[in-house]
Amino acid sequence: MSDVIIEVSGLHKAFGKLEVLKGIDMSVRRGEVVCIIGPSGSGKSTLLRCVNLLEEPNSGAVRVNGFEMTDPDVDIDKARRTIGMVFQSFNLFGHLSVLDNLTIAQRKVLKRDPAEATAIARENLRRVGLEEKANSMPSQLSGGQQQRAAIARALSMQPAVMLFDEPTSALDPELVGDVLGVMRQLANEGMTMLVVTHEMQFAREVADKVLFMDGGVVVEEGPPAQVIGEPRHERTQTFLHRVLNPVHVID
Amino acid sequence: MAMSRRQRARAFRGGQYGVLILAIVLLAVFADWGTIRDAFFNLDAASTQFPEILSTALVNTIIYTALGFALGLGLGLILALMKLSSVGPYRWLATIYIEFFRGIPALLVFIALGYGVPLAFGIRFDIYSTAAIALGLVGSAYIAETLRAGIQAVPPGQIEAARSLGMSQTRTTVTVVIPQAFRIILPPLTNELILLTKDSSLIYLLGLVRDEYELAKFGREGLNATGSLTPILLAGLCYLIITVPLGYLSRYLERRTGRKVDEGLKVTA
Repeated sequence: MSDVIIEVSGLHKAFGKLEVLKGIDMSVRRGEVVCIIGPSGSGKSTLLRCVNLLEEPNSGAVRVNGFEMTDPDVDIDKARRTIGMVFQSFNLFGHLSVLDNLTIAQRKVLKRDPAEATAIARENLRRVGLEEKANSMPSQLSGGQQQRAAIARALSMQPAVMLFDEPTSALDPELVGDVLGVMRQLANEGMTMLVVTHEMQFAREVADKVLFMDGGVVVEEGPPAQVIGEPRHERTQTFLHRVLNPVHVID
Repeated sequence: MAMSRRQRARAFRGGQYGVLILAIVLLAVFADWGTIRDAFFNLDAASTQFPEILSTALVNTIIYTALGFALGLGLGLILALMKLSSVGPYRWLATIYIEFFRGIPALLVFIALGYGVPLAFGIRFDIYSTAAIALGLVGSAYIAETLRAGIQAVPPGQIEAARSLGMSQTRTTVTVVIPQAFRIILPPLTNELILLTKDSSLIYLLGLVRDEYELAKFGREGLNATGSLTPILLAGLCYLIITVPLGYLSRYLERRTGRKVDEGLKVTA
């Protein structure tokens, strides 16, 4: 069994005439944390959404955890059970309590009995530090708490890999740290993670590999010390300069 | 002479009160209060209406409406889902149904069901079933459109989250979309219920025996028996007993769900 858990090859995706991904090849190994960075519109979120087929690629292949995601005959629901997804806007189910948010898919999809589902949910709420919010409604939580609950919801399915789509971009600055802390802890526990992010410090410290995307292609990839520390390509340098020194950018 | 802004506002408001007072005075002077009292506030005529107006007519109106609404809701949900289906013929059928039943007067539906169906097919339902079907057919067309709007108002992120957890499309619709759609459309749905309550007055077209009378029919029978309009006034008041609380319920739900929806959609906190 290969220890490559996500494998993307020759991936193209266009929205109408707008070509967003122009041939992406990348892979994530089991236990690896891979961060995708790049300017907005570079296609990084689209790439992530192609991995669990929220967007359907026009061509190319995506293989995740042994599932051929791009095969029209794949049992997509079964494949997605093993792929946790965390969204920029949290997307907790507004009509359900935090605990029910964490148990609903366990019960309806994995057919776990309520007691087991609740136990797993509480354990994951504890992991993200939200035990006492189990009975709250999502609307009663802060953004940071909602995002941590959303991470716990994904973890409750015991996925083989977790996808993060700009998980801190919608948060007030003082709440970002809580969420990044949970993600760092997950990485330390050995979770395989593919993270689209603007948090360069997180990428530098936590990632095993960083991909810099621009204009629908992977411009540069490698260990964070190389891609963020000593970028080779001019586009990467320009991007990082703007992100790391936003006050001193002169066009 | 030019007036200041304050003077203009004052004069305008004074004018409005003046028109109102004039209208009241004219009404008081020219209306025939004796006749009006005899026609609408005849206590003898009123006393003949009780208790049946409450125990039979009001109760029947509520039963007819509740049955019709239940059927309308079920049928409306099916139609809404058909209208959103990826299968073309389902969409066309739902559109034709909705346009048809929304576009023709409820009166015609009742006549068709009361007379047309028994003649054409030789089937005759009891009065409660017929009333429920007629009201359900009319109500479902409106409810379907409301529900469709509600389903489409559920943020796409909710569906993506559910699908990402491995829920099938059907499971997502049942578990995530429909419950949230109902919360969004509770206020307009309450309005549909009020409209249906009033449409239930058309049930008389089906031919009712006394035990089956609803409020409007009961009021008109009272008018025939007493020669006074008081029973009509009473029937009207009974409708208000049903519809006014529903209106308040609708506004209460609107405030409550409005707040919930806002909070639910708020991204940063």
